[in-house]
Amino acid sequence: MKHLPTLFRHELRVLLVAPSTYVAGVLALFIMGFFYFYVVIETAVREQETPPSELFFSTFWIPVLLIVPMLTMRSIAEERRLGTLQTLMTTPVTAAEVVTSKFLAAYTFYIVLWACAGAYPLIAVTILGQETAGHVLLEPGPLFGGYAFVCLTGTLFVAVGIFSSSLTRSQLVAGMLSFSVIFLLIVGVLAVKAVGSNVEALPLLSDEGLGYIQIFEHFEDFTRGVIDTRPVVYYLSGTVLVLALSTLVVESRA
Amino acid sequence: MHVASTTSSIEARSLSKNYGSQTAIKDLSFSVSKGEVVGFLGPNGAGKTTTMRILAGLLPATSGEAYVAGHAVARDPAAAKRNIGYMPEHNPLPEDMRVAEYLRFRARLKEVPRREIRRRVGEAMELCDLHRKAARKIIGALSKGFRQRVGIADAILGHPDVTILDEPTIGLDPHQIILMRKLIDRLRERTTMILSSHILAEVEMSCDRVLILSHGRLVAEGTHAALRDEFIRNTRYRAEILGSESDVRTEIEAVSPDVQIVSRRTDPADGFVTFELETPARANLSEPLLARLHTAPSLRVRAFERVNPRLEDIFLAATQRSWEIETADEANGRPHAAPAKTR
Repeated sequence: MKHLPTLFRHELRVLLVAPSTYVAGVLALFIMGFFYFYVVIETAVREQETPPSELFFSTFWIPVLLIVPMLTMRSIAEERRLGTLQTLMTTPVTAAEVVTSKFLAAYTFYIVLWACAGAYPLIAVTILGQETAGHVLLEPGPLFGGYAFVCLTGTLFVAVGIFSSSLTRSQLVAGMLSFSVIFLLIVGVLAVKAVGSNVEALPLLSDEGLGYIQIFEHFEDFTRGVIDTRPVVYYLSGTVLVLALSTLVVESRA
Repeated sequence: MHVASTTSSIEARSLSKNYGSQTAIKDLSFSVSKGEVVGFLGPNGAGKTTTMRILAGLLPATSGEAYVAGHAVARDPAAAKRNIGYMPEHNPLPEDMRVAEYLRFRARLKEVPRREIRRRVGEAMELCDLHRKAARKIIGALSKGFRQRVGIADAILGHPDVTILDEPTIGLDPHQIILMRKLIDRLRERTTMILSSHILAEVEMSCDRVLILSHGRLVAEGTHAALRDEFIRNTRYRAEILGSESDVRTEIEAVSPDVQIVSRRTDPADGFVTFELETPARANLSEPLLARLHTAPSLRVRAFERVNPRLEDIFLAATQRSWEIETADEANGRPHAAPAKTR
């Protein structure tokens, strides 16, 4: 992994000059801003049981479905289309280094975008006043829990985006593929659980199995301050597995 | 365990590559000595790019072994890649980077020591005439010729033992081709080079030796002169003569009955006819033919030359012969014949 810093810096630069990064950033921040505004209004007009930060983070999947495909669709697909992946693989770098650098660069931007969204509570508190809104909007538990959840799930989502990009030469196909897979991961499991909760023939389809991969259930745990190691293992092992598969694809089809 | 030859920079031993049921290359063996410039020739689909990709470690061979600078490409790809500079066909480059910035990035990937990077990039740019305005330009804004130079500068950055250039002159105009030829000449002595080209005159001028591939097999290898002796059996002469064709025929038949007129073209400006004469043997009849034509009272000769066969002729003869052997072998159910090897 000695080429990783060089490749990582290069990938960050590629993302910085790519228009899709800015489109993803502006769209995601606009949508997140809109949701946050709505959450603040709701909290002001009605008594809420759920803290505003938890309400805000519960809409995480909408910006994720926008950000991740746009940040990752170009990564390997474009290099494959241009042929630069081939020239990269003639140097002593390994496919694992290439995939990891692309993952780390996209993940860094993903985190930067969510970090930018952290300005919303601060702006709201500045406008509404520390005494009126500070203790509600800046409640640390749900805020940190929400961010921990976003950071952890982001690893798997970004890895899925990189994997989708490794399978094709077309950015469009890569984007659609990662959108679909992430959608299935977030909403599909929820739907299967709702529809097929009686199916117990397969261990994965049992209530316990579906619960293990149920992202919304993990979200509730995190925002309540319950950090279970099982979801941590699920996301990190899933990320490693998907990145390993991407490495195999790059190795075999450089 | 096989050990690569110490005098060869590149060694291919029985390389084969299949894509499903299709055979791209079959039982390909050759070696390239240190400092040699070798041209890869072959029609489209002959397996040139596949062979180059296997040597560069981009593609695994189905069977056989390739060695670069003594390292087995399949078993020790990292060591082999440290000794290879490769410019693929169409030379893909990132459009949005500046030339110097791109070369510095590539130098770091090629493990050029940090303190050496600036010097090596400067040296490669100077060799490829990129050190003036082009160094600061965005690659996407460069002309085709400059892009090719960036590709070659990248290939030689790491001071590789072996440089592989796949179609370095493709898409270049004649002026750029001359510059590319000069560049290849400047790289001689620094690195062993394999280059493929569709422009046979290019290979003829730049390469010490030629490997001709056809249908994934090596059908001939050797120097230009050796291949000419192997594949071209006849000798051609060109003469510009004012006089009747029958007189010319009488004179040349007096020298040797085997000499034939194969073509004629009249210059409408002065009536001189350019005759192409051919003998089926390799004997040099230049002197007696010229003496006879020159002294004939009914003929005026203003030019006479022995025409050296071009690489095109050798290439066509070699691929044609391989095709004939292949067809005959397939009809008889025999394995294919070994390539003609001439030094």
